[in-house]
Amino acid sequence: MGEIRFMKGNEALAEAAIRAGMQGYFGYPITPQSEVIEYLAAEEPNHDYTLIQAESEVASINMVYGGAAAGARVMTTTSSPGYSLMQEGVSYIACAELPCVVANIARGGPGLGTIQAGQGDYFQAVKGGGHGDYRQIVLAPNSVQEMVDHTILAFELADKYRTPVLILSDGAIGQMMEKVELPDPIPYKPNKPWATTGKTHDRERNYITSLYIQSDDMERKNISLQKKFRKIEEKEVRFEEYMIEDAELIITAYGVTSRTSKKIVDLAREAGIKLGLHRPITLWPFPSERIIELASDDKVKAFFSIEMSAGQMVEDVKLAVNGRKPTFFYGRTGGIIPTPEEVIDFIQKKAGEL
Amino acid sequence: MREGYEVIYQKPKTLTDNKMHYCPGCIHGIMHKIFMEVVEEMDIQEKTVGVCPVGCSVFAYDYMDVDMQEAAHGRAAAVATAIKRMLPDRMVFSYQGDGDLAAIGTAETLHACNRGENFLFIFINNGIYGMTGGQMAPTTLNGQKTTTSPLGRDKKSMGSPLKMTEMVTPLDGVAFAARVSGNNPANVRKAKRIFRKALEIQQQNIGTQFVEVVSNCPSGWKCTPVESMDWIVEQSIPYYPLGIFKEPGK
Repeated sequence: MGEIRFMKGNEALAEAAIRAGMQGYFGYPITPQSEVIEYLAAEEPNHDYTLIQAESEVASINMVYGGAAAGARVMTTTSSPGYSLMQEGVSYIACAELPCVVANIARGGPGLGTIQAGQGDYFQAVKGGGHGDYRQIVLAPNSVQEMVDHTILAFELADKYRTPVLILSDGAIGQMMEKVELPDPIPYKPNKPWATTGKTHDRERNYITSLYIQSDDMERKNISLQKKFRKIEEKEVRFEEYMIEDAELIITAYGVTSRTSKKIVDLAREAGIKLGLHRPITLWPFPSERIIELASDDKVKAFFSIEMSAGQMVEDVKLAVNGRKPTFFYGRTGGIIPTPEEVIDFIQKKAGEL
Repeated sequence: MREGYEVIYQKPKTLTDNKMHYCPGCIHGIMHKIFMEVVEEMDIQEKTVGVCPVGCSVFAYDYMDVDMQEAAHGRAAAVATAIKRMLPDRMVFSYQGDGDLAAIGTAETLHACNRGENFLFIFINNGIYGMTGGQMAPTTLNGQKTTTSPLGRDKKSMGSPLKMTEMVTPLDGVAFAARVSGNNPANVRKAKRIFRKALEIQQQNIGTQFVEVVSNCPSGWKCTPVESMDWIVEQSIPYYPLGIFKEPGK
């Protein structure tokens, strides 16, 4: 059993990064995630990592690029507007195939928006965000414990596939306090022969680039990237389900709304409604195969995507369901978490029309 | 080697055999060569990690036989910062043009200098955007014609050219600041000495090293290589004076 602490989500993420052997952290303060850099700044003297408060999120993500390409385990964290600023860098990192961890403790947008929790960055997280054909692994924790578990997993997946991994959390998970179990520090021995650590006499020079100026070179690179993305889709899909076995109506929800959705399922079951929850943990790769399976089940009548957005993940649910069953959306924006009561009313109304 | 011949001039072993893509008369090739000569003479090839920018020297990693990273436009200083922080015993340099360092990357440049990041900026200032076809740079001289200042740079609407070396010199984090050129053999030799001095200062870990190179662009300036060297003497150097602006102990 690991060490038990009562922690804020953002602090838990920071502590987990230390225990995962993070060597470099580069960040810029932004609400509601500033506790990450504050925690790491306070802990820095007790550990071996280097922390820089960068001049902007643009600088942060490019420090992540440089540190990752130098072979180090590196991370940055931010919140929605800051994550927008990082998109060019993420595209470069994806193309240059550099392992790194980025966390977006999302707030409500668009624009400067609100500092309350939001899920309006789903498209940006899973559909690219930056330019060009790339994908990144997106993990969506829904508890403080998962802020720890997903951070450690994120570093492992980043190294395994040489890819950026995004933890898409939100201001609610980042700010809430819960009991967490922390793992012992994980021994990390980098094995990155591709890194730019200095051209020793026994090897050719290493260079890290995302520039492929000849069309056939660029296409070859894209084909190789896509091959990697297909492998990730095959191996790394993660999801959780609740009361799904006999469910006739299925909620799809991730992050903070997947927590309230459990309560919704419980309340619905008390009222005799056979409701279940499918919660994607990896938003990319998306659990499409499982949703196809559920949608193909005769007893399943409809899907309900519950989000704190104007309707984003519902598009991926619809793509998977592909017209097999009606798929509805219910969402609130501005940082408002949909209440169980309003969601149940919506589900009952829509189910009544089926 | 043919009988009766001897080698009296060659490139350093720290340059690759790849053919350079630079235009005839461009100073980039000269700077690549003398900098890599310094790397060879100091025997630091195995310890050196460079960052190339977006601009004409985007392919510098094809020529410099050291580990290198290609940074996003303007971000070389942030990238070099992290390399040096992660690998403090390596010799780190960024090689950037004026658009990269002094326009889109001004914030990264100033803040890396202000933090005293211990790497060498090699700032190639030719006063024009060469790779994109000759547009105005932040360092284009007042009155100088480019494709985006066809009547000449008008300081009333475009501001006057930025003097980056003068801007970074007063910053506490900067240990060494100098401006050199490559327009004649004497200045090339001086530039090489300055590069060596800068790298020796990096070994002392006392602050940022910033070396600006007053360079040329015969293609973008629409003149011959010889005319471009004259322009450096008559136009560039009067505005961008050469010399050491800051060094330790002085």
